[in-house]
Amino acid sequence: MTSRTLPLFATIAIFLIAYLVCYLQFPAMLSTRVIGNLLTDNAYLGIVAVGMTVVILSGGIDLSVGSVIAFSGVFIAVMLRDTGLHPLVVFALLLAVTTAFGAFMGGLIHVLAMPPFIVTLAGMFLARGAGYMLSVESVPIQHPFYEVLKDAYYLMPGKGRLTLLGVAMLLSVAGGMILAHRTRFGTRVFAMGGGAQTAQLMGVPVGLTTVQIYAFSGFMAGLSGVAFSIYTASGYPLAMVGTELNAIAAVVIGGTILTGGAGYVFGTLIGVLTMGLIQTYIVFDGSLSSWWTKIVIGALLLMFILLQKGLLRLGTARAAA
Amino acid sequence: MPRVIQRVLPQLLTLAALMALVSVFFPDFLEITYSDGRLVGPVIDILKRGAPVALLAIGMTLVIATRGIDLSVGATMAICGACSAWAISAGYGLAGALGFAMLAGLAAGLWNGALVAVFGIQPIVATLILMTAGRGVAQLITEGRILTFNHEGLAFFGSGDILGVPMPTLIWVLLGVLVALLVRRTALGLLIEAIGINRRASTLAGINSRVLLIAVYMASGFCAAWAGIVATADIRGADANNSGLWLELDAILAVVIGGNSLLGGRFSIAASLLGAMIIQTIDTGILLAGFPSEFNLVIKAALVLVILVLQSPNLAPRFARIARRRRGTPAAGKLTTREAGE
Amino acid sequence: MLLTIRSLTKTFPGTRALDSVDFDLRAGEVHALLGENGAGKSTLIKCLTGAYQRDEGELTLDGAPISPQSTLEAQELGIGTVYQEVNLLPNLTVAENLTFGRQPTRFGMVDGRAMRRQAEEMLSGYGVDVDVRRDLGTYSVAIQQIVAIARAVTLSGKVLILDEPTASLDSREVAMLFDVVRSLREQGLGIIFISHFLDQVFEISDRVTVLRNGCRVATDDIAGLERLRLIEHMLGHELEDETREGRHAHVPSDPSERTLHFEGVGRRGLIEPFDLSVGRGEVIGLAGLLGSGRTESAEVLFGIKPTQTGTARDENGEIALRNPREAVAAGFGFAPEDRKTDGIVADLSVRENIALALQARRGWARPISRAEQNRLADHYIDRLDIRTSDAEKAVGDLSGGNQQKVVLARWLAMNPRFFILDEPTRGIDVGAHAEILRLIEEVTADGMSILVISSELDELVAVADRVIVVRDRRHVAQLTGAEVETDTIVRAIAAPDADSDEEAA
Repeated sequence: MTSRTLPLFATIAIFLIAYLVCYLQFPAMLSTRVIGNLLTDNAYLGIVAVGMTVVILSGGIDLSVGSVIAFSGVFIAVMLRDTGLHPLVVFALLLAVTTAFGAFMGGLIHVLAMPPFIVTLAGMFLARGAGYMLSVESVPIQHPFYEVLKDAYYLMPGKGRLTLLGVAMLLSVAGGMILAHRTRFGTRVFAMGGGAQTAQLMGVPVGLTTVQIYAFSGFMAGLSGVAFSIYTASGYPLAMVGTELNAIAAVVIGGTILTGGAGYVFGTLIGVLTMGLIQTYIVFDGSLSSWWTKIVIGALLLMFILLQKGLLRLGTARAAA
Repeated sequence: MPRVIQRVLPQLLTLAALMALVSVFFPDFLEITYSDGRLVGPVIDILKRGAPVALLAIGMTLVIATRGIDLSVGATMAICGACSAWAISAGYGLAGALGFAMLAGLAAGLWNGALVAVFGIQPIVATLILMTAGRGVAQLITEGRILTFNHEGLAFFGSGDILGVPMPTLIWVLLGVLVALLVRRTALGLLIEAIGINRRASTLAGINSRVLLIAVYMASGFCAAWAGIVATADIRGADANNSGLWLELDAILAVVIGGNSLLGGRFSIAASLLGAMIIQTIDTGILLAGFPSEFNLVIKAALVLVILVLQSPNLAPRFARIARRRRGTPAAGKLTTREAGE
Repeated sequence: MLLTIRSLTKTFPGTRALDSVDFDLRAGEVHALLGENGAGKSTLIKCLTGAYQRDEGELTLDGAPISPQSTLEAQELGIGTVYQEVNLLPNLTVAENLTFGRQPTRFGMVDGRAMRRQAEEMLSGYGVDVDVRRDLGTYSVAIQQIVAIARAVTLSGKVLILDEPTASLDSREVAMLFDVVRSLREQGLGIIFISHFLDQVFEISDRVTVLRNGCRVATDDIAGLERLRLIEHMLGHELEDETREGRHAHVPSDPSERTLHFEGVGRRGLIEPFDLSVGRGEVIGLAGLLGSGRTESAEVLFGIKPTQTGTARDENGEIALRNPREAVAAGFGFAPEDRKTDGIVADLSVRENIALALQARRGWARPISRAEQNRLADHYIDRLDIRTSDAEKAVGDLSGGNQQKVVLARWLAMNPRFFILDEPTRGIDVGAHAEILRLIEEVTADGMSILVISSELDELVAVADRVIVVRDRRHVAQLTGAEVETDTIVRAIAAPDADSDEEAA
């Protein structure tokens, strides 16, 4: 086990142990029903977290994603309400918009040489404002195609439903894994996270790559918006406040180092499922209060950040010796 | 004094222009009346409603001056508000309520400061932990309910007034003046700026940068405590879910609008406070002018973008050159350091 | 001739970093490039690799003029560089680093197996046993160097620049690296080798070129070259007229009058424990080559890298020196070598920079009044002749020499009893140079004790009462009185280990 994979194994181990604890207390939690719900309920988060993973791997951060998801929901709902376009066409339009939006932020980050944190903060305001301007209220989606999407599932043995959303998340993770770990683009992302200056010396087109990274995050946020609109069958501009934080938390709990350069997209999936598991446990327990979710997630965050800081220190100490 | 005025001039002008703009749409905007022993009017309302962001901005200014950032102030505010409401309900009285809230704020700051200065974790990462967990802690204290109380003494801090001026306004003005005096009448301001610009060189010059960093985060926690007290006192209850929600972003925005560089160094608390008032004027002004509030966020985004362009290390030197050319005299070099941050 | 450089000149505001330098490199030779910090080595390399654009001069490679605009372009032309701090990515695998930018792909995906094969091929012949699937960062610096060399050779293949590659290697690793270098030389590569380890230079190089103050001092075949001659080239021998005038009698203090004593202070890996006693008004020089432990001695004395052994004491008892703050409290001052990162606080004004150390010592609660700050600033601007439009100008806007004066003023304002100056005259113009030496004379007359680290021996001879010689991270000799001459210092630095103890204090 290398210091690179240690956080990933830690993540997986924590998830398995947590699941074991849950199972021992509530045997019902091992049913395909619970697993199916775990995937469906966290689909939107898993999808957007894949984009966030790539951004964080490159050493950046994207605070705009929650707002972009909310915007997406409203955009879809309003388009379906006001135009006769087929949902698939609306999805395509939306993804084009959110991808362009991400690319624009990436461009600003590079051209202005300002911290991604503050640039995407502006993006966060902008996207939510734009959603607000489309509609102030929640807009329900009533389209026959949506019923089809919502009811598309595979009945697993044990009556668990593997829904379209759950599958979409798993596919997103698989796609993200290929992109991050199996393409030249992915290597460039890791290179930027390892050190933008060195990456540039090794021939990474830093500007272009930055644009691509945030464009990808914008695309995934749009996709997550689609998933969320299917999940809730509505669009609401005030939805998903704080999702960016949950996505960042999932990425870090998934073993990716927040300063970039090391991590696994698969870990992010485990991070998302761990967070979902905590919530499921609290629901099963019934007496525990929901705020424990936040505290446990905060504790996990602290643990992983300290673990990685420790590994980093160990690494530099070894290199110096 | 003229130097202070010069430093905050862009913010003053922006604020004045905004107020003029709102007045066009809402002619009574600047009207202030005196009724029932208190001042009433939109401007007074802005001065009162802007209190939490203004209070947070005071501490945030110091943190950002050290090249840091404190994402946890919103959550800290919720914790401190919950502490004060709990202390009142538990019979510790007003002093206990204020005391517990301030202690909680200082403790939160100590936590953040230790992670940053001792463990060497990036500020944005370190404060993210409390940002995530803090609201859970606040809910733990309130047990998930809105913890209401009936104590006129504490409520006075939110809705009372002295000589007609609302208490929240008095509190942020007072704390702002106190902190500004503290950093400018002592050497703290200089030392904070020094570690923000070059921590290594400052440490070599004998500055205790570790303790100073922790102190700055504790100051931020302390300011958040007062923001929490004001917010809790205002609604006579601690709402762990919503108290201070996303206010950390407004606080950062206020500091940035105040012309303080996110890259640390020179800071002006007065300018940050004006920044907070600019944000509140936009909020209130849009409502009064009869525009839908959805414009609010778009305007904020535009503001951030403009400031980003002005602060960008890639573009700023160009602006400085243009400005210098326009002024035309090399003697203006005297002002460049002061203006660099704007 | 593989590579020729003719009259290369590069100036930066305030300094001429390279002054009409010539340099040749043959195919199949190792050509060492020597010089102290600031001599112009790195500027030369940067002009060669396109990181800097030269002001004047010509570069030819294989007879054709070249003018690389970026390191990538230089790489494509055939000039590859490997730095001390390996310029690869430790968080990627060895294979990814080797093939970066040219990974073999299949259906748009990186073909892992082909990539590993390619990487293994690139590394074959280097005699290292490396699993290319592992992260580069998990390997020792030596292996990382060799991976970097393999990448540079594959990408470029004509000229290989090794910039201080051995600085953090142990002797076994150096031997391994040199085997690689020798085999590359046999393959006909031209190799430029930069190092401050003279033994290594003598071991591996065919020729050597010495730079000093931006000028080429000498180019010689290594065979038949005397070590002493080489050190003379590097440290310089000719006195500037101005410093000669200021020269004083070398009168070391009477040992019984020395008030500040360091006994057995040192730190593992940095500097072996040493003793030092300092008298009032005494100037002690610290001489040695780059990397010998000069700066490290200062860092231990000032608590930056606190001592692990020994004690420091004065007439009032023991002094704690666990961090710079305690050193400042004890009345020490330290003007570091790298004033940009360690000295000045660039965005603060001249006035604030001058007041900083004094303020830090007084504590935050007792601010220096504005009037007092102005007085201090005006006083030192006048006394040190700091060229600034006024005291409110940001220090970052001043020239190097004036920045250095501001750092000196910061410490003088505190009136330290023991002031450590690390390369106080590096990279500043002649006028400022002489002023700083004069200043040293002045303040010691008032009783301040000074430790000067310098690679300019003439400078040490001009100001120091005693000179301590550092070699291989040890204090090996102390020269006093008439012994303080450049010749004796050079000899002490060059002396093999065995016979150096005779003069040790």
